[in-house]
Amino acid sequence: MIPSNSASVASAALLGELLRRRRQMAMGRRQMAMGRGALGPLCPARAYLWCPCAGVAAALPGAVQGEPGSPRSCSHSVLLSPLSGRDPYPAARSLACQVPKPGCPGEGQAATRGSRAVGRVGPGEAQPPLDPASGLCCAGRMQKISVLLFLAWVSFLFYAGIALFTSGFLLTRLELTNHSSCHEPPGPGSLPWGSKGKPGACWMASRFSRLVLVLVDALRFDFAQPQPSHGPGEPPVSLPFLGKLNSLQRILEIQPHHARLYQSKADPPTTTMQRLKALTTGSLPTFIDAGSNFASYAIVEDNLIKQLTNAGRHVVFMGDDTWKDLFPGAFSQAFFFPSFNVRDLHTVDNGILEHLYPTMDGGEWDVLIAHFLGVDHCGHKYGPHHPEMAKKLSQMDQVIQGLVERLENDTLLVVIGDHGMTITGDHGGDSDLEISAALFLYSPKALFPRVPPKEPEIVPQISLVPTLALLLGLPIPFGNIGEVMAELFAEAEDSQPHSSALAQASALHLNAQQVSRFLHTYSAAAQNLQVKELHQLQNLFSKASADYQRLLQSPQGAEAALQTVITELQQFLRGVRAMCIESWARFSLGRMAGGAALLAAACFLCLLVSQWATYPGFHPLLLTPMACGLASTIVCAGLLATTGLKLDPVVLGAMAAVGSLLPFLWKAWAGWGSKRPLAALFPIPGPVLLFLLIRFAAFFSDSFVVAEARATPFLLGSLILLLVAQLHWEGKLLPPKLLTIPRLCFSASAGQPRHSGTHALGLGVGLLLCIRLAGLFHRCPEETPACHSSPWLSPLASMSFLLLHLLAAGIPITTPGPFTVPWQAVSAWALMATQTFYSLGHQPVFPAIHWHAAFVGFPEGHGSSTWLPALLVGANTFASHLLFAVGCPLLLLWPFLCESQGARKRWQPLGNEAEARVRPEEEEEPRMEMRLRDAPHHFNAALLQLGLKYLFVLGIQILACALAASILRRHLMVWKVFAPKFIFEAMGFIVSSVGLFLGIALVMRVDGAVSSWFRQLILAQQR
Amino acid sequence: MKDTDIKRLLYTHLLCIFSIILSICIPSFFLENFSILETHLTWLCICSVFVTAVNLVLYLIVKPNASSKRSSISYKVTRFLKCCIYFLMSCFFFHVIFVLYGAPLIELVLETFLFAVILSTFTTVPCLCLLGPNIKAWLRVFSRNGVTSIWENSLQITTISSFIGTWLGAFPIPLDWERPWQVWPISCTLGATFGYVAGLVISPLWIYWNRKQLTYKNN
Repeated sequence: MIPSNSASVASAALLGELLRRRRQMAMGRRQMAMGRGALGPLCPARAYLWCPCAGVAAALPGAVQGEPGSPRSCSHSVLLSPLSGRDPYPAARSLACQVPKPGCPGEGQAATRGSRAVGRVGPGEAQPPLDPASGLCCAGRMQKISVLLFLAWVSFLFYAGIALFTSGFLLTRLELTNHSSCHEPPGPGSLPWGSKGKPGACWMASRFSRLVLVLVDALRFDFAQPQPSHGPGEPPVSLPFLGKLNSLQRILEIQPHHARLYQSKADPPTTTMQRLKALTTGSLPTFIDAGSNFASYAIVEDNLIKQLTNAGRHVVFMGDDTWKDLFPGAFSQAFFFPSFNVRDLHTVDNGILEHLYPTMDGGEWDVLIAHFLGVDHCGHKYGPHHPEMAKKLSQMDQVIQGLVERLENDTLLVVIGDHGMTITGDHGGDSDLEISAALFLYSPKALFPRVPPKEPEIVPQISLVPTLALLLGLPIPFGNIGEVMAELFAEAEDSQPHSSALAQASALHLNAQQVSRFLHTYSAAAQNLQVKELHQLQNLFSKASADYQRLLQSPQGAEAALQTVITELQQFLRGVRAMCIESWARFSLGRMAGGAALLAAACFLCLLVSQWATYPGFHPLLLTPMACGLASTIVCAGLLATTGLKLDPVVLGAMAAVGSLLPFLWKAWAGWGSKRPLAALFPIPGPVLLFLLIRFAAFFSDSFVVAEARATPFLLGSLILLLVAQLHWEGKLLPPKLLTIPRLCFSASAGQPRHSGTHALGLGVGLLLCIRLAGLFHRCPEETPACHSSPWLSPLASMSFLLLHLLAAGIPITTPGPFTVPWQAVSAWALMATQTFYSLGHQPVFPAIHWHAAFVGFPEGHGSSTWLPALLVGANTFASHLLFAVGCPLLLLWPFLCESQGARKRWQPLGNEAEARVRPEEEEEPRMEMRLRDAPHHFNAALLQLGLKYLFVLGIQILACALAASILRRHLMVWKVFAPKFIFEAMGFIVSSVGLFLGIALVMRVDGAVSSWFRQLILAQQR
Repeated sequence: MKDTDIKRLLYTHLLCIFSIILSICIPSFFLENFSILETHLTWLCICSVFVTAVNLVLYLIVKPNASSKRSSISYKVTRFLKCCIYFLMSCFFFHVIFVLYGAPLIELVLETFLFAVILSTFTTVPCLCLLGPNIKAWLRVFSRNGVTSIWENSLQITTISSFIGTWLGAFPIPLDWERPWQVWPISCTLGATFGYVAGLVISPLWIYWNRKQLTYKNN
């Protein structure tokens, strides 16, 4: 170990007139003490709370040129290498340190303190020698601009990644609130059947007055598929889920004209809520239906239930309580049962069975909906290949049997599965097993003219919506894009094929008119449909419509012409559906992967550059990627334009990002990669890396995402305790006398102020206490039964914020590093932002957004403006992200500010009375953050580094969210937990990065203003 | 440092592990329906009593550090009382720490406290046995270059691994597996136990592997 007194370095930065004049303000001795402190117990404890590695960094013989016997010489703490404790380029550093710089007065050489950039401040790159004030200013301004530009560029990389991922993952669709109504036909032309005298009938005369809809969750098609009666030689069916619904098979065999089994194809996402939306609106719900009411899950689009209620029918519901959220208050009678516990196979089903038959016999209903969950839960719990599944299916079979026996003539029975399940029993994605569901129709009177085909027909799931609407004599919901099942409209009793075909054609025509009306409205409101295709489809429709009208006028038309019309109408409807699927309901894996890769690359870049941030020549490095990015954008745009594809801003942005990122990384690699060890790429100290990894991994577990409000303070508390423990381990917390065996006590240890150690300890405990108290304010996530939201939530939310901000301000007090902020501090800061988010009573789910914030200050509402309320709600939700991001530069400034309090106390015990007598005034005026101003180069570099580190910590969070959402896109909870988490995290990231940019720009602006003021002072004095 | 020392260390540690195993096996002969998960609190009490007893006995037999010269009865009694007070204080201290970490404040107080007791048993009791009620010595042992014998070294390792085990034990709690051992504080106590056992196993091995590098400054 090097004796600390001799650790002094001959070189120093050139300081201008100003600094000479203000030498009195300097406190070189203290600096020296701090610099030496890295070597051992002399180090003031508080300065190292965030810098546990500094002690390891210790001695770099090459960097130190001993000047024994000159206690007042400059003492650079190049020894402080707080990032990693390793020094990747001792040679360069020693070179720089040996280059003497003129004019170093022995203090105020903060220029080189603590920053590893010291090594790179070569002789050629000296600071302007002649007119230091203005020169520094000019260079400083350039540098500031380049730092800000660089931060903006990195943020742009992240944004591009987020946008690309989002465009592949979250498909958006505009929700229209228009409604179909009975009196208003969907298009011109007469209503052929509806207006024929029947008063209750709407677009078409109703064929059934009552409906029993049995929704068996996750009833896969093969669960219901009739099993061929195997011959004597064949082995019997062994799979537990096959052939258990015997009653269906029996009915199909006995009454082929009364019943039909279809294989219905659900559209992804195959999650129950999305399927229910589809089954009632006839549309393709995406995760974000833009324009929907985020405050609740209630369906705002036109739907069957709404049409039923409007028509005055009594709708009775029993089963899954998801319906309660979707259709609040729509049922004349309802029995809801909790659906969340997927391990509970029987509560919902038994609850339904308790009410089903009595209700049915009671007769107070027109539409009876029973949503059974047992099969789905059995799939989640055991998978389909389990005897339990056989039991569940047999139970369903009995239910159907019982219903069929009780049906009356005017009643239609529909048994449908909302989606299938994979071989492991999960669903949510788009594999064949997940999207194939059973659909079974039965009517006590003959319904079908033909016997069922051998292989059940495949129909899209949403076909059921227009079919049911017309069968029940209701208008088809406005947003429906399903196609009626024409087979059901052929009248079975009517032997005349012509009128039967005409009935089918009229149903199809009504349907096509409605879809065309919807398309027209939708394309006027939103732009995300393909224009060309839309045009073709409209042409097709007008042609088919014209043909149909002609047929109606001349009823003697040939049957062939009718068939053509039917085919045309079907073609149109299928075309529309295909187009909508193309734009609404498909994950784009390529985009998701590209977005995630871009995010990962941006994180890597942050990590890399945060380590090299102090490299002086940023301008060329920055300009190259910009130019490359622009070039690649132009090339990409040109390519797209020439190939005639649509210009997608998201893709263009991503191309620009990639185009700028690649040359930068390549250049960086070529320039530096060979010179330094790979280990230096990962400068994060081990424990912090562990914490970041845990945080990263936690995003992949839905339980941890739900419990994040509790997990974050746990991690934060652990980080704080770990830091305290580490400080103690390094021997910096308590006076060394206590810790070392007396014999081994370093002779140099002149004693260390105890209060700073206890101060740090007290801060740690106080922080823990505050975090725990803040935990009282969190709001319960949905569906956590054993959790009670704090009763003090709403009134005290703001107070918790104040509390947290106070304690957050406590963190940087203990930050040591002049000119660099250790990873611990940045990670803790980011964790604190998350913790505050929860403590303010937020949850990353849409129904938990505080909507009332939109009316703060505007009790009467906002009129038609949507921006202001959105801004208010956003500010409310992301307040913690914003404040912590803007406050991020505090991490750099705070230790300097605290110098004033600590200085005197730290000074006295050093016992250097002689020094104190010589320069008493230096103690009086601590220079505090003025030191940062002394070295604008390093100040800017440190700001850049800080910004990049913060972006990195946030970036890996958003990366983890993106990866979790894409890897777990089949997960049961993807739309409930992971996707909202991703959206909130992405929004938080955007807010944070903007806040960070603003914060750093503000600090720079203040710095610039102070500089110019000083310049004026100097000029005034010179005159 | 002699190999015999390491051997003694290993044997004492094996005895400690044996005491934990005993605390699992023996009660089932005397108590009906005894199982770690269902009658967890009982097991906690029994385990902490067993481990404390074995630690005390081992301390009296092995006497790893030279006992102080003073041996008057009153001195011993005050020392013992001091140890008891220290133990209680550490229990309360751990309890407070758990609450700060997010344990429920009012509900499940007994569970949390017994958890604090068992963690104290794994950490504080060995410290008290080895170092006596001497906070300064404790602080010295748990800092860099502070250990002066293999006993202290192993104490360091077992204590830290107990803490790490406890910390890791908290992670399964939020998961929705609905296992009986996910209930507070069972996973944490199990984590502490596993950490302690792991520390007991690791420390002799680690000391054995590093016996060349380990030089204790004062001997």
